[in-house]
Amino acid sequence: MSIDLSQFHQVFFEESFEGLDIMESSLLALDLNEVDAETINSIFRAAHSIKGGAGTFGFMQVSGFTHVVETLLDEIRSGDRDIEQEHVDLFLICVDCLRGLLSDLQAHAEPDMAQADELKVKFEAILAGTEAGVESSADSNSDSTAEAATDAVLASDSHSKGWKIEFIPCEDVLCTGNEPYRMFRELQDLAEAEPDGSMKVIPHLEKLPDFSEMHPEMCYLSWTIFVYADIELSDMEEIFEWVVDDCDIRYERLSESNQLSAEQPGIADEVAGINTDSSAEETTAVVKAAPDAIPASTPEVIPEVILEPAAPIANAADANAAEKITEKAPTKAAAKTPAKAAENTSIRVSIDKIDGLINMVGELVITQSMLGQLGQEFDMDRVQRLQEGLGQLEQNTRELQESVMKIRMLPISFAFSRFPRLVRDLSKQLDKEVDLIMIGENTELDKTVMEKIGDPLVHLVRNSLDHGLENAEERTANGKSSNGTITLNAYHHGGNIVIEVKDDGAGLNKERIRNKAIEKGLVGEDETLSDAQIHDLIFQAGFSTAEVVSDVSGRGVGMDVVRRNIAELNGTIDVTSKAGEGSTFSIRLPLTLAILDGQLVKVGEEVYIFPLVSIVESIQLEKSMLNNITGNQFVMQLRNDYIPILCLQDIFNTGAEKKDLEGAMLVVVEGDNEKVGIVVDELLGQQQVVIKSLEQNYEKVDSISGATILGDGTVALIVDVSGLNNKPLEKNSDDQTQAA
Amino acid sequence: MATILAVDDSASMRQMVTFTLKGAGYDVEEACDGSEALGIAKTKKFDLVLSDVNMPVMDGIQFVTELRKLGEYKFVPVLMLTTESAGDKKMAGKKAGATGWIVKPFNPEQLLNTIKKVLG
Amino acid sequence: MTNAAQQKINDAVSGANSDDEQQYLTFIMAGEEYGVDILAVQEIRGWEPTTVVPNAPDYIKGVINLRGTIVPIMDLRSRFNLERVEYSPVTVVIILKVETERGERVMGIVVDAVSDVHSISDSDTRNSPELIEDLNTEFIRSLVSVDDTMIILLDVQRLLTIDKKVLHLAEELAKESAEPSAKESVADIEKDKK
Repeated sequence: MSIDLSQFHQVFFEESFEGLDIMESSLLALDLNEVDAETINSIFRAAHSIKGGAGTFGFMQVSGFTHVVETLLDEIRSGDRDIEQEHVDLFLICVDCLRGLLSDLQAHAEPDMAQADELKVKFEAILAGTEAGVESSADSNSDSTAEAATDAVLASDSHSKGWKIEFIPCEDVLCTGNEPYRMFRELQDLAEAEPDGSMKVIPHLEKLPDFSEMHPEMCYLSWTIFVYADIELSDMEEIFEWVVDDCDIRYERLSESNQLSAEQPGIADEVAGINTDSSAEETTAVVKAAPDAIPASTPEVIPEVILEPAAPIANAADANAAEKITEKAPTKAAAKTPAKAAENTSIRVSIDKIDGLINMVGELVITQSMLGQLGQEFDMDRVQRLQEGLGQLEQNTRELQESVMKIRMLPISFAFSRFPRLVRDLSKQLDKEVDLIMIGENTELDKTVMEKIGDPLVHLVRNSLDHGLENAEERTANGKSSNGTITLNAYHHGGNIVIEVKDDGAGLNKERIRNKAIEKGLVGEDETLSDAQIHDLIFQAGFSTAEVVSDVSGRGVGMDVVRRNIAELNGTIDVTSKAGEGSTFSIRLPLTLAILDGQLVKVGEEVYIFPLVSIVESIQLEKSMLNNITGNQFVMQLRNDYIPILCLQDIFNTGAEKKDLEGAMLVVVEGDNEKVGIVVDELLGQQQVVIKSLEQNYEKVDSISGATILGDGTVALIVDVSGLNNKPLEKNSDDQTQAA
Repeated sequence: MATILAVDDSASMRQMVTFTLKGAGYDVEEACDGSEALGIAKTKKFDLVLSDVNMPVMDGIQFVTELRKLGEYKFVPVLMLTTESAGDKKMAGKKAGATGWIVKPFNPEQLLNTIKKVLG
Repeated sequence: MTNAAQQKINDAVSGANSDDEQQYLTFIMAGEEYGVDILAVQEIRGWEPTTVVPNAPDYIKGVINLRGTIVPIMDLRSRFNLERVEYSPVTVVIILKVETERGERVMGIVVDAVSDVHSISDSDTRNSPELIEDLNTEFIRSLVSVDDTMIILLDVQRLLTIDKKVLHLAEELAKESAEPSAKESVADIEKDKK
């Protein structure tokens, strides 16, 4: 029977990554002046678990590497060594290294041991630098006595045909759950496995006290065991391994002198058959006894008997074995892209959330059966009951919806957790002193949104650190504290989650931004822009006012990508800044991806939906507001902007007649930081809609981000506002080619 | 069939042990630290207890010490799952009252063999 | 669509096939009988108004809500460049599903009427003769004769693939037929040169 261990791999990887996160945050939280024992313990435990699991599941390289790490941690936690900064730094590097190794293994690739081997050398150097623990010398001593012992045995005659064992258990041997009978049984199996092997057990009752003084839990018996088989001493020692310390056990090779004489009463006949044919051999008696009986140079004379860690059945590196995935492991990602690291497609949910869900479904079922019954015997008198039932249904559904959405919600601390380390490393690299404050870590958001917001957040923090914060001298010269502060703040606001990245640095430099924008032709020389508009320019593609393109940020491809990533999540990002005081980036995200607050509009016979978050305002057009450029393209002045006017019916080629713009309904939307005015026929209501995929059975359609099903069961398409802004350009190029 | 309580803070170890033992016909219950295990042990009698040593909240040594105080568990075999190859660490388990140990890493076969020997 | 036909479909889907035989649902369009593998048929519905999808090929009528999934509806006459007809209460939409590399895809096709279910063995089918390479022949898997009627068996996978290349070809054909452009005269000149 062989069990495929690869089915447990995914769980092992997940818990190991979590363990590494704990190690990292604990290491960062360590105050070397006042070392908290529990923190050290949790770091040790994390490494220990990873080592154990790695060994069990066949990842021997990881296990071997983690072993040295664990050894040092063990010395620290047992007080044999003080922890120093050098150690903390090394441990942190190990965390990174292990992350890499485990990721490789998770992706079924060969782990690159180069860094690990280097680190191992460093650890071994540290470990060797101090006096070796008592254990290692004990080990070597006991090893040598063991060798001496076995040598002694071998030196004599190696063909022993049997053993005589004196077994005197301590009185409370039973209280540790050990059973002499079990050991005898094992011994017997061992003996009888040999050809003509057998065993005889003779109990000694001398120590039995009077009945009145007997404690039933105590063991007053001892035994002499004759084993008539050629078995190894080490095999027998293994059987008694667990009790060897508190019991007296002597092994003697059988010789003429110590043979069981035929006359001795054989109470033990029931236990083992007697074979008197065993011939005597001359040997030297080998004595093994409890530590207190023999003076030893070290506490341990007994050689170690360890169950060999056998090579695990399922080799982790075997790609074929890894393909056999049971329903336990998340299969989706692994099945579809075997080369890619299995994405974490599972989620931990608190039982309360599940219970809440179950309750709600229960209520839904009740409402449904009530409505069902009503439907069976309905007449107009019952209209009120019907309305009540429907109201109940709406409530149940809403609660269910909220509950289900909550399942995918996790606290944002998962996304924030990488920042202490990031800020620490970066501030070292940039030689700036930085404090990181994180607020609202418990604020929950959708798991997928959180996974995708990570990179943009990292970019913003790096950006603040690199460009926003001044170095210590500059700060003190300006009357600021020498430590700069970066604050991450998350909170819920009106159905959205708001995440702020705030720094108390130099703030955005309006002049520089404005000049750069003019340079890039984004803004006219004499254009007046509000502060907000200038600040907003940094989200343009290719925009960076960094004087030196640093490794950290400043390649100029950052902010526009950040904005785009956030837009993909149906969110928005804005910046406010004050020169000399700092900047605050605010990201606004819907609480879930699949549901959208929508504004319904009518164009011709069809209903379309605009994401509410993208609508700036809606106005009724008057021709006087419009200017006509190039004969075809209308623009309108909206405060300080000129925005292009598009008719949705043209974008979507509905074939309707050209629209008269006088009195038409205009929806001003903003996507990609550009405002566009869209002419529709009519504004309908606002409602929450569930986003359904159009691509699943059809194709990606330009300017459409998805579809939804309205209350009447019909389909309405959701407009992709960022896609619309490309349209004017395309139209122009079309015109140009036609002219040519 | 015999009932076994498996205690380990590592989910993957628990899964592997449970899967192995259940496959061999044993009834298995899990706990992720000594405290949880103690709670379970108080409500139900198991034929064998397997416990990791290093666990949060209550470690294996403390768990065994407390377990042995429960009348029902005086003689129940308790095996420590330990990665400690050092002799004195094994003895700590024994001193607390454990029956014996199984050294990690072990494979499912070794686990089953040891358990079979102990339970008979 | 007749109850008998629906019943036949139900029986067919649940029944076992003999080795060579496959069952086909047949339908009528412009007087011709066509067949599709019954395993690709998810259900049959009556016509209901669709939501128009912008900038779609003209054989895509739009999309409908099929129990919560958005499903595109294709007018097969249009797809085959046949004359369009008015939809009537007996107009039928066959909902088909196929496996593509992107996953399962569901689409509905509008046909004149559903005909029958036939068990057809592969060996009885014949390849369609080498005809003019036009759009239609791509969808034809084979031809078969049942009771003196020729049934055109369609390749559902191809049918449901909105091939972008084909799309452009169709658009260009449409353009060219609409307005003879300078392109043609250039082509003529080229021809004369040869």
